[in-house]
Amino acid sequence: MARNVSTQSRIGFTIGAWLVALLIFAPILWTALTAFKTEAEAIASPPTFLPRTFTLDNFEAVQDRSDYIKHAINSIIVSVGSTLIGLAIAIPAAWSMAFAPSKRTKDILMWMLSTKMMPAVGVLIPIYLIFRDLRLLDTVHGLTVIMTLINLPIIVWMLYTYFKEIPVDILEAARMDGAELWNEIVYVLVPMAVPGIASTLLLNVILAWNEAFWTITLTSGRAGTLTAFISSFSSPQGLFLAKLSAASLLAIAPILLLGWFSQRQLVRGLTFGAVK
Amino acid sequence: MGSISLQNVNKSFGEVQVIPDISLEINDGEFVVFVGPSGCGKSTLLRLIAGLEDTTNGRILLDGQDMTDAPPARRGLAMVFQSYALYPHMSVRDNIAFPLKMAKASKEVIDQKVEYAARTLNLSDYLDRRPRALSGGQRQRVAIGRAIVREPKAFLFDEPLSNLDAALRVNMRLEITELHQQLQTTMIYVTHDQVEAMTMADRIVVLNAGNVEQFGTPLELYRTPANRFVAGFIGSPKMNFVDGAEAAKHNAHAIGVRPEHFALSKTSGTWKGTVSVAEQLGSDTFLHIHLDGIGLVTARTGGEETYEHGETVYLTPDPQRIYRFGADGNALAA
Repeated sequence: MARNVSTQSRIGFTIGAWLVALLIFAPILWTALTAFKTEAEAIASPPTFLPRTFTLDNFEAVQDRSDYIKHAINSIIVSVGSTLIGLAIAIPAAWSMAFAPSKRTKDILMWMLSTKMMPAVGVLIPIYLIFRDLRLLDTVHGLTVIMTLINLPIIVWMLYTYFKEIPVDILEAARMDGAELWNEIVYVLVPMAVPGIASTLLLNVILAWNEAFWTITLTSGRAGTLTAFISSFSSPQGLFLAKLSAASLLAIAPILLLGWFSQRQLVRGLTFGAVK
Repeated sequence: MGSISLQNVNKSFGEVQVIPDISLEINDGEFVVFVGPSGCGKSTLLRLIAGLEDTTNGRILLDGQDMTDAPPARRGLAMVFQSYALYPHMSVRDNIAFPLKMAKASKEVIDQKVEYAARTLNLSDYLDRRPRALSGGQRQRVAIGRAIVREPKAFLFDEPLSNLDAALRVNMRLEITELHQQLQTTMIYVTHDQVEAMTMADRIVVLNAGNVEQFGTPLELYRTPANRFVAGFIGSPKMNFVDGAEAAKHNAHAIGVRPEHFALSKTSGTWKGTVSVAEQLGSDTFLHIHLDGIGLVTARTGGEETYEHGETVYLTPDPQRIYRFGADGNALAA
C-alpha cells in the first residue's frame, strides 16, 4: 500500500528540510558575505547582513601577502596525486578482497578502518621524525605520500563495497574468455565499477583538499596547500576577519564548484547498489 | 580435438568434502550431461574442469595434456553461465568479440567471426544493442555466441536454460543440440532436469553427493539403472519402489516398477487399489493409486479412458520390467 502523506506534513517537512539546509550553509554564506566587507564592517556590532560597501580589497591584500596560485597548485597536486596513487593501489587490493577473499580478509578490512579511529596526533611525532630524516618535510611529494596513506583505508573500503556488488559470474566469464588478471580488471571490472570509482575519486579529492592537520604540521612556506594558506591568516593578535574570509572563500571555491558540478555523480556513487 | 579426462579428482571446501573421488573419460565430440539433485556437486565438477576452482587432489587432462594447474584462460574451454554473465557495459558485438580481442585476433578476423556467429544465432539485428535491451533467450544466444567464436576445445554449460520460461527452454534445448551436431565439439552440460539430460545427451553422468552413480547413454540409464538412486532419478514420472513382502517374493530388498510398465484393469490384476488423483494430460493420464498393503504408486496410461477419484483399479507389473534392488540399493542381476 502506498503511504499516505498529507499535504500539511509535506509542507512541514519541506520547511524543516530547508531550515536544516540553511543552517548548514549559513557559515559558508556568512564567510562569502564577509569577504566582500571592509575589516571595520566585518566586526561591526550589530553585524550587517549584506556588505554596505562592496569591496574587493581583501582579495587583493590576501594575494599580496601570500601567493594564492602557488598554494592552489600545491592543493591540486596533493589532492589529485594522492587520490590517483591511492586508486592505483586500492583497485587491485579491493579486487582481491572482494573476489579472492582469504580467512583474514575481514580482519584486514577492520584493521585498516581502525587506523582511521586513532587521532592523527597520536602518530605525529614518529611521522614528523621520519619525514625529517627522509628530508620530506615541506615537500609536495612528501605531503602527497602522507595524504595517500591516510586516505587509503577509505578508498579501499569504498571500492571493496562497490566491487562486492558486481556479480562474480561476469569476472569468471572474462577468465573463461581468455582474459588474464590484468585484462579482467581493465576491461571488465573497472568499466562496470565506474560510478563507484568516480565517486571514490571525488570524495577523496575533497577529503585531501580539506585536510588541514598534516598539511599545517608538515609544511611551512614551500609546499603549503590552501588549508595552510587559510591558517596563515588566522592570528590571535589582529582581527582580520574580512581577510580571513576572503582567503577561506578562495580556498574552498574550487572544491565547492567541483562538488556542485559532480553532485549527481557523488550521490549516485554513494547510493550505488542500495536499490537494485 | 577435445577429450577430457578426470583422474581421481577430489575437492574440499575447508572441512567439507564436496567431491570425494571422481574419474571420468569424456571422448572428443561427445555431448555429456552432468545431472543430479541440487548440491550433488555437478556445478563444482564443471568449475573444476573450467579451472574456476582448484582441485584438492587428482588430475585433469585436456587432450591428454595435464591442465590441473592451468588458469581458466589457458585451458581453451568456453563456458555458458546460468546468469548469462554478459558484459553489461559492452554492446552485443563487443561481447561476442571479447574472447577474440583477448586472443589478440586482427580486426578483420574479429569482424568476420562475429558476423558469422551472429548469423548462426539470429543475432545480426541486435549487434549494436546492450545486453539489457535483449530478452532472456537473446541474452542466452549472445552467451553462446561468445562461446563459439573462440572455437574452444569444449563447451561447458552451467544450467544455461534454468532462467528461461518453459516454451523457450524447449526451443533452446533443440538449438543447443543442433549446434552440437553442427560443430561436433565436445560439450559438457550441467542440469538438474532429467528431461534435458535424456533428450540432449550422448552420455549422462548421474551424480549424487559428489559421487558418480552411473555413467552411460540415456537408454542404458533408463533400461539398466545401476542402483535405486539412478532408477528413481531417471524417468518421469518417477519409478515406484515397493519393499517388504512384495519385494521378498522377487528375492529382493526392494523392487521398482516404472509408471509406464503397469497393465491397468478395472476388473482384475495382481495389485488392487483405489484411484486417489487422476492427472489427465490428454495424451496420457497419470494415476496416483493407493494400493492395498503397499502404499501410493503412480501409473501411466493412455489418455482415452477416464478414471474417477475413489474408483477401484487393478495393476499388474510387467514381469520383464521389474527392477530388483538389494539392501545396499544396488541393482540385482535379472
